[in-house]
Amino acid sequence: MLGTGILRGLKETARNVIGSFREKDRLPTVMYPEETVKTKENFRTFPFLVYDGDHAMPGLRCVSCRICEKECPPQCIFIIQERDENNKAVKHPRVFDIDFSVCMQCGICAEVCPFDAIKMDNIYELAGEDRFTGLLVDKHRLAKSNHYYHQIKPTEANEVDGRLAEDKRKAEEAAKAKAAAAAAKAAPPPTAAT
Amino acid sequence: MTLVERIDQAPLLLQRWAVSFFPALLQPWVAMLISAAAIIGVFASLFALSTLAERKGLGRIQNRPGPNRVGPFGMLQPLADGIKMLIKEDIVPLRADKVLHFLAPIALIVPSLLVYSVLPIGRNLIAMQCQLGVLLFFAIGASTELSIFMAGWGSHNKYSLLGSIRAIAQMISYELPMVLAAVTVILATSSLDTVNIVEAQAGGFWAWHAFTPWGAIALLTFFICALAESNRAPFDLPEAESELIAGHLTEYSGFKYALFFMAEYLGMMAISGMAITLFLGGWQAPLPILNFIPSWMWFFGKLACFVVLFIWIRGTLPRLRADQLMNLAWKFLLPIALLNIGLAGLWVKSSGWIAWPISVILLGLAIVGLGRLLRGSRPRGGKRIYRYAD
Ligand code: SF4
Ligand code: SF4
Repeated sequence: MLGTGILRGLKETARNVIGSFREKDRLPTVMYPEETVKTKENFRTFPFLVYDGDHAMPGLRCVSCRICEKECPPQCIFIIQERDENNKAVKHPRVFDIDFSVCMQCGICAEVCPFDAIKMDNIYELAGEDRFTGLLVDKHRLAKSNHYYHQIKPTEANEVDGRLAEDKRKAEEAAKAKAAAAAAKAAPPPTAAT
Repeated sequence: MTLVERIDQAPLLLQRWAVSFFPALLQPWVAMLISAAAIIGVFASLFALSTLAERKGLGRIQNRPGPNRVGPFGMLQPLADGIKMLIKEDIVPLRADKVLHFLAPIALIVPSLLVYSVLPIGRNLIAMQCQLGVLLFFAIGASTELSIFMAGWGSHNKYSLLGSIRAIAQMISYELPMVLAAVTVILATSSLDTVNIVEAQAGGFWAWHAFTPWGAIALLTFFICALAESNRAPFDLPEAESELIAGHLTEYSGFKYALFFMAEYLGMMAISGMAITLFLGGWQAPLPILNFIPSWMWFFGKLACFVVLFIWIRGTLPRLRADQLMNLAWKFLLPIALLNIGLAGLWVKSSGWIAWPISVILLGLAIVGLGRLLRGSRPRGGKRIYRYAD
């Protein structure tokens, strides 16, 4: 019949209007600044540097190996290695800057880092007035505790912690074995001395 | 005068009281000025309210909350919109016809307000009782077409011109069935005076013209034409943003744009007011016991229903194609309206009940038949023929 389609359409829109007051999925809007959508665990934005313990700078896991700097596709990581008074390289970055305005959030840095020192964050409210003060981020702003990492990505962080502990145990065992071997060498069997 | 009557006539009493301060010579003029000011004030604020209702309602229809930041629940949004419109730069294209470009919004807003003078808003509440009220309403209303064309021509922009050409074609086509639908009422009441027409529908909702077979169909025809006349979706071809940017509004900004916008809403409300007057008993209460509610409340209540319906339809229907638009007007609405006039005549002559079955059968046949025709006229299935492409 003529006009039934119109009536059906009117019914549908009326259901939307009434439903928007009662059902959540007929009004999915989130009032953004007041409330936010909870992000998924593997949601990622920009990288950050993980540190262990309570103090950021000494605790940084980064050894300044510069692998991430070389791998970063848009070349937005800038690292200078720390040197001690004898001008000998120290396993610590003196400068570690990431230009967030260039970073494309690919996560390659986090993937290639052999020391699990750089991970992907989930912050996104970074709007600033000045590119150089706001988006060129130095190591002090990049450093975030392992605790924070556990908060934003528990599964991944636990996995990383397990792996690091395993590595450490192996390293210790290897060291022990080595020490034992060395000790064995240093102290020859008494029978041989006689 | 009882209290109920006093409230009913409050606007009129207020006007008389204000006029009494002036010397006798000036009194008629002051009275006129006051009614004009009241109409502008009331309907301009209704315009603000209905823009808010529209944005909120469309939002809900599209599963979003609509404006909700300015004031509680976004109530002050119209105010913010108004301020924005006022402080925007007024841009006039270099090659535009400056005079026409400037005059068009004014020439549009004046008739849009003028038509309210013959609408009875309540018992004795009419700015200008006129023997030819209905005729005046349509005559003034028709002049808005001219101003839209002025806007399109004066802008010196092809989109504007195309939009206004479409507007003219559409408005003239739909004017015809609309006036013919109104003629049925004139036939039945043998009066062109809006006050008389409302008074002929006294007694209760069963006396309203909408509850006669010809009245129902005439109301429907009138309503469809009202949608087209006020250039609202689904008949918003003149401003089709996806094809014509904004039609005749393309080159307007700031307050001139606001005037166009206001004229659209004023026109919509005026035409709804006319539909209420002609078919839905004007300011009459639907039941005699409800007469204690002031008559103007009834009018505005019915008006609000119409505005909601306009918004609802806008949120539901997609825009028509130009040929569908013309087919609907000339092949469907016009024959129905003509048949309807005949039936109204039958109704008047046969004094009621015998006309019911005849009207229902004839109208039913006509609607089904013409509906088939309308459907048949569009190419369905098969191979599409592109006459000008390839
Ligand atoms: S973050 Fe990782 S890959 Fe990059 S320099 Fe530090 S340790 Fe090397
Ligand atoms: S996320 Fe990608 S672009 Fe950003 S710093 Fe890491 S490697 Fe570079």
